[in-house]
Amino acid sequence: MPEPGRALPQPTPETQHFWDGTREGELRLQRCDACGKVYFPPRPFCPACASRKVSVFKASGKAILWSYVIHHRPVPGFTPPYAIAVVQLVEGPRMMTNIVDCPQTPEALQLDMPLEVAFEKQNDNITLPLFRPAKG
Amino acid sequence: MRRKTVAIVGAAETTKLGVIPDLSQIQLHADAALNAMADAGLRPKDIDGVATAGDSPVQIAHYLGITPTWVDGTSVGGCSFMIHVRHAAAAIEAGLANTILITHGESGRSRVGNPPRAAAPASLQGQFEQPYGPMGPPSMFTVPVLRYMKTYGVTEQQIAQVCVVQREWAGKNPRATFRNPITTDDVLNSRMIAWPFRLLMCCLVTDGGGALILTSADRATSFPRKPVYILGTGESVETPMVSQMEDFTSSRAFRVAGPTAFREAGITQKDVDHLMIYDAFAHLPLYGLEDLGFVPRGEAAAFIAERNTAPGGKLPLNTNGGGLSYMHSGMYGMYALQESVRQMRGIAPAQVDGAKISVCHGVGGMFAASGTIIFSNEAP
Repeated sequence: MPEPGRALPQPTPETQHFWDGTREGELRLQRCDACGKVYFPPRPFCPACASRKVSVFKASGKAILWSYVIHHRPVPGFTPPYAIAVVQLVEGPRMMTNIVDCPQTPEALQLDMPLEVAFEKQNDNITLPLFRPAKG
Repeated sequence: MRRKTVAIVGAAETTKLGVIPDLSQIQLHADAALNAMADAGLRPKDIDGVATAGDSPVQIAHYLGITPTWVDGTSVGGCSFMIHVRHAAAAIEAGLANTILITHGESGRSRVGNPPRAAAPASLQGQFEQPYGPMGPPSMFTVPVLRYMKTYGVTEQQIAQVCVVQREWAGKNPRATFRNPITTDDVLNSRMIAWPFRLLMCCLVTDGGGALILTSADRATSFPRKPVYILGTGESVETPMVSQMEDFTSSRAFRVAGPTAFREAGITQKDVDHLMIYDAFAHLPLYGLEDLGFVPRGEAAAFIAERNTAPGGKLPLNTNGGGLSYMHSGMYGMYALQESVRQMRGIAPAQVDGAKISVCHGVGGMFAASGTIIFSNEAP
């Protein structure tokens, strides 16, 4: 019996483009065609001006570390201690994620450090956007 | 403008607080409700409005034998009860009900008849937060705090000081779960939960309940207890996802609810004698003091460390010991309200001498919601 893994998302019609994107190696955000607002999480209208004219685009995948905790309690699919982080994408929105390829310590995890997206496949349908320290 | 037109005439907690494996969650509601009705000299037939959170007001009304003309099931986390007080006051003013019972019961520790709380995998939280390994409030509510600390140069020692001061208040309260004095070293050396948060920076997990009864101020003087008047109220919500807070150093919901209540009450921070700020975790009094305008942004940690909120200080804060030391069933707001009412009645274990105005500020979810109530014990 495999050990239970981490909780996985169940895409909805409004978020399917995001999860299709991560599966294809793209971090997809939405931009309002009316007011230009870039936003996350996905929805088929602009949270700033309510316009339904919005577009999906491929984001750069670049971010900075905005805040985090280092969790010391057991959670299925994780080996503590591990960081639960929020990153700020260069396009503006923030998202929760994990930081990989980096020690999970206060010394290694400095706020505002540059990060880049690192896709981690969970199964045939779901790939999660994690982040690692930016190279160069 | 709601000023002293509605009053609290009944208030009580469950007979026991702490670990109560012999009562299910609905009986915790009922035990508190029966105590509050006894406090007010009322029976279920005298109640015509019911509000509760977590469970349905239908369950509570049926279990207690009440036939309401008004119900409120607003359930936005631990500040739901502040919001119920606000809605109940408006309902009484509008003539929708005369005598409203607000109940809370939660088998948070023993989990007897306590429904599970989990984000659905298709919800936004389920899709965009849960996959990254948070496990409940200790690893979610705490996520913004490093940004706050970096922005204002706040140290882990200063956050630990919040817990130390509240334990001093708890030491004066025979019903508090934790009463022994602690030091900042005790806090910093307690078990790591989600760095920078240690065990003693996180609230208790206990069982209990509480209930309030409200009626119009003109009827309030005919009840056995000294009325506690509603002077001002506020509420707001921001986001179900802590990762999507607009500002990690401040709560938008706090900044709406708090000032709304102050405007309605027609008072300023200087008029406040006693303050409750819902403290599920040690950073919440810091955000609350700043967002409610008691101190400038970034100065709350120093304000607490300088003992302004401690026994003998100029702004007594969380005088029951708070969620950190008194009790915390999961939705603590009811216990903060109970302590404000006790202070206004003049019967609190750590009574603030001569207190005339008490502000009670709540949070719901992880900075998701907020409710603020301002009480006064002076008649209109």
